[in-house]
Amino acid sequence: MKIQLKFFASVREALGVADELADVPTAVVTVGDVRTWLQARGGVWAETLAAGRTLRMACNHEMTAPETRLTEGCEVAFFPPVTGG
Amino acid sequence: MTVKVQLEDFDLSTEVAVLRRANPKVGAVACFIGAVRDLNEGENVSAMVLEHYPGMTEKALEAIIERARVRWPIADAVIIHRYGPLAPTDQIVLVAVATAHRGDAFAACEFIMDYLKTAAPFWKKETLENGERWVDSREHDHAALEKWAEPGTPKAD
Repeated sequence: MKIQLKFFASVREALGVADELADVPTAVVTVGDVRTWLQARGGVWAETLAAGRTLRMACNHEMTAPETRLTEGCEVAFFPPVTGG
Repeated sequence: MTVKVQLEDFDLSTEVAVLRRANPKVGAVACFIGAVRDLNEGENVSAMVLEHYPGMTEKALEAIIERARVRWPIADAVIIHRYGPLAPTDQIVLVAVATAHRGDAFAACEFIMDYLKTAAPFWKKETLENGERWVDSREHDHAALEKWAEPGTPKAD
């Protein structure tokens, strides 16, 4: 399945990537699975997306839980807790 | 109801005039402006860059206003949030709420700001004397949401 990935703020800086079109394997079905799948790339990916890191996730522009299921062409974003206002 | 995410500065008087539009049902307008401080967590801040998530940001702010409208009879409301480079004393955010009575205006304005702090995808990066740092989210911002919890609703994240 093809999905659009987006990374923001400190996550974007650490990974050196702002967005990526990814073709995820069939075993990757939820937003949480995407995180685990990206961790497997190792290096900064493993470090930045590690389970112990407090990250927020969004799917199609809505803040979401790791259990949210992916859909074809969906946009999945990873970012640190927000600090606006 | 208006949401704007913009590079440019804004003018409070202009925005409030638009909000009221000589509407005789509006008896109260409450406003909040957030500005860049030159000191944060004991360090001098000389500049700041605000990043956001285009597309999601606007939706998140609209959803926050809708959430407020469920609780208070709001005649009109505006949120303007800036992004990009900012300097100390610059305005960052405006929330203004027009209602019939002041209690609703004060409460809805504070509610919108409290939710904005934890739900709108903005991130601040500060320039300090010895480098840059991303601002950490604050526990008390999350604690601020608890006062809006309604009985029987799950605790806000």
